[in-house]
Amino acid sequence: MSALLARLVANRLFWPIVMLLVLFTINLVAFPGFFAVTLRDGHLFGSLIDILRNGAPTLIIAVGMTLVIATRGIDLSVGAVAAISGAVACSIILGSPEPANPATVAVAVTVALLISLVLGMWNGFLVAVLGIQPIIATLILMTAGRGVAMLITEGQILTVNSPPFKALGSGFWFGVPIAVIIAAVVFGVAALVTRRTALGMFIESVGINPEASRQAGVRARGLLFVVYTFSAFCAAIAGLILTANTAAADANNTGLFIELDAILAVVIGGTSLAGGRYSLVGTLVGALVIQTLVTTVYTVGIPPIATMVFKAAVVTIVCLLQSPTTNEALSGFRRRLALRAGKGVAAS
Amino acid sequence: MKKLMGIAAAGAMLVALAGCAGGGGAASEGPKALDELVVGFAQVGAESGWRTANTKDIQAAFEEAGIELKFSDAQQKQENQIKAIRSYIQQGVDYIAFSPVVETGWDAVLNEAKAAGIPVVLTDRAVDSKDTSLYVSFLGSDFIEEGKKAGLWVLDQYKDSTEKVNIVQLEGTTGAAPAIDRAEGFADVIRQNPNLEVIESQTGDFTRAGGKQVMEAMLKSNPDIDLVYAHNDDMGLGAIEAIEAAGLKPGEDIKIVTVDAVKDGMQALADGKINFIVECSPLLGNQLVDIIKTLNEGGTVEPRIITEETTFDQEQAIEALPDRQY
Repeated sequence: MSALLARLVANRLFWPIVMLLVLFTINLVAFPGFFAVTLRDGHLFGSLIDILRNGAPTLIIAVGMTLVIATRGIDLSVGAVAAISGAVACSIILGSPEPANPATVAVAVTVALLISLVLGMWNGFLVAVLGIQPIIATLILMTAGRGVAMLITEGQILTVNSPPFKALGSGFWFGVPIAVIIAAVVFGVAALVTRRTALGMFIESVGINPEASRQAGVRARGLLFVVYTFSAFCAAIAGLILTANTAAADANNTGLFIELDAILAVVIGGTSLAGGRYSLVGTLVGALVIQTLVTTVYTVGIPPIATMVFKAAVVTIVCLLQSPTTNEALSGFRRRLALRAGKGVAAS
Repeated sequence: MKKLMGIAAAGAMLVALAGCAGGGGAASEGPKALDELVVGFAQVGAESGWRTANTKDIQAAFEEAGIELKFSDAQQKQENQIKAIRSYIQQGVDYIAFSPVVETGWDAVLNEAKAAGIPVVLTDRAVDSKDTSLYVSFLGSDFIEEGKKAGLWVLDQYKDSTEKVNIVQLEGTTGAAPAIDRAEGFADVIRQNPNLEVIESQTGDFTRAGGKQVMEAMLKSNPDIDLVYAHNDDMGLGAIEAIEAAGLKPGEDIKIVTVDAVKDGMQALADGKINFIVECSPLLGNQLVDIIKTLNEGGTVEPRIITEETTFDQEQAIEALPDRQY
């Protein structure tokens, strides 16, 4: 029994999941109907659905980020890429004579995604070919990208009136939010392609020791290209969802700071920023923790002034619980306690 | 640092020289030709339709007046705005105008502007500083008054109500003057009727996405919300989406009161999805140009200039909508 418990605690997903359950409990206490999911107007309705739907963009970006981080890299440009893709799609839809036509939306989405591939390849080029440190290489696009998005929208918030586009962010398919379905597909494809083939292992090997993997015949250059392009692609999908959610492209605010949320999701999920082993399931849990945290703030009614402190406290606790040093200290403490208890028993 | 001091010293010498020539300090240099004037403007960002209209109006007004305008966008970050103001000081612009992102933390940089002899005009938002000599004028709306106007409508709307009225408030960016004052003015007025109660108040950061997400969560935890008071139209528009997704009718099942009156908001008001909008006019450009001209000619301006504003209900919105510029 205790061996099972010890194995559970040792699992790197143990503490994030505990934190998720704790957050759920806090919500349940503050609002007893928290877990209630009902069918309203033919679609699912409830707090949990909100968490999944609002968390979808973060999760999608975090999936791409996981693979980048596994190669010992980082992609700071995802928020800017999200803003660009939203801006591109909205300006195409606005410029067309039939904004409500699904074909128009399909063109807009395709162009936005294609542009993101180019942006991702740019990042890949800087990192893989020019050998610039990832944090600097992607910082370029992070800063410049918002400017590009501003240029596309001409500094305006572009409001589009296009039901098919809006459905991407707030629509439902068989009662399930379309955003959640998209996130599930991205997650599923990433998991299948990297875990059912050797790709995942190559990525990890590049992250653990680039030189050794090169000598073993892994082509790091191509791999980095793929990983950064995929990350930008994910960012563009998330950007489209975020933009469609409010039916407005806001170059300044779409995906603002989402790179930090995505990195946090990856880290909470137990993937090390030093590269190497990664866990997509961990990233999923991490993204859910982050979104639940946001929803908790609103549900419990934490005053806006204290919001940041509350979030920081939760994240700090998760990171502390996960850290090997803290765990060692804790288990040492437990051992001493057990020892003392044992002595107590012996004495009596 | 040395360099900065050098520039400051050089600036001081220049001022002293000008003083000798003019015989009475920097202020009596005499008016400059308008096309020689340079004004630095540090905008908050482009966080809402209102802000964009504000930016466009200011840029247009300066272009028309033939005054050079240096424009910077702080993307809602105070440190960016401080950097922009510092760079204006270094470039030696004639006047600086800016809309502070938040109320506090401006004394140091404004003192630098003062030391460099550059008059500062605040537009749209105030700073919380005891030293009023740091700026010559504050041009903008009276946010407390706006909150009061919104509150008065709510008071009137529910004057016969004997039941409790559940109000939720979507606040602006935490710490920003409009968020603080609009909440204060509103609370002051609705206090008169004990049935009116703000049951929850949360920040939506003045954005649609923020308003939507906050409203979604509030709708779940508080099933009977009667009225939403949003500190700007964009958050109100986000709230509309959330209310519709919950299968309710915005404007009927849940009433919505907002502040700003940008075009998208007015459209929603005309469509019956918003019930009342308090105007907060972004068209400050001409008034700002007038202030700069007056200062340039050596005149004095009022320390507080309030923009002219009104309110709209649904019928008035239908009338006003066709010639709405922003």
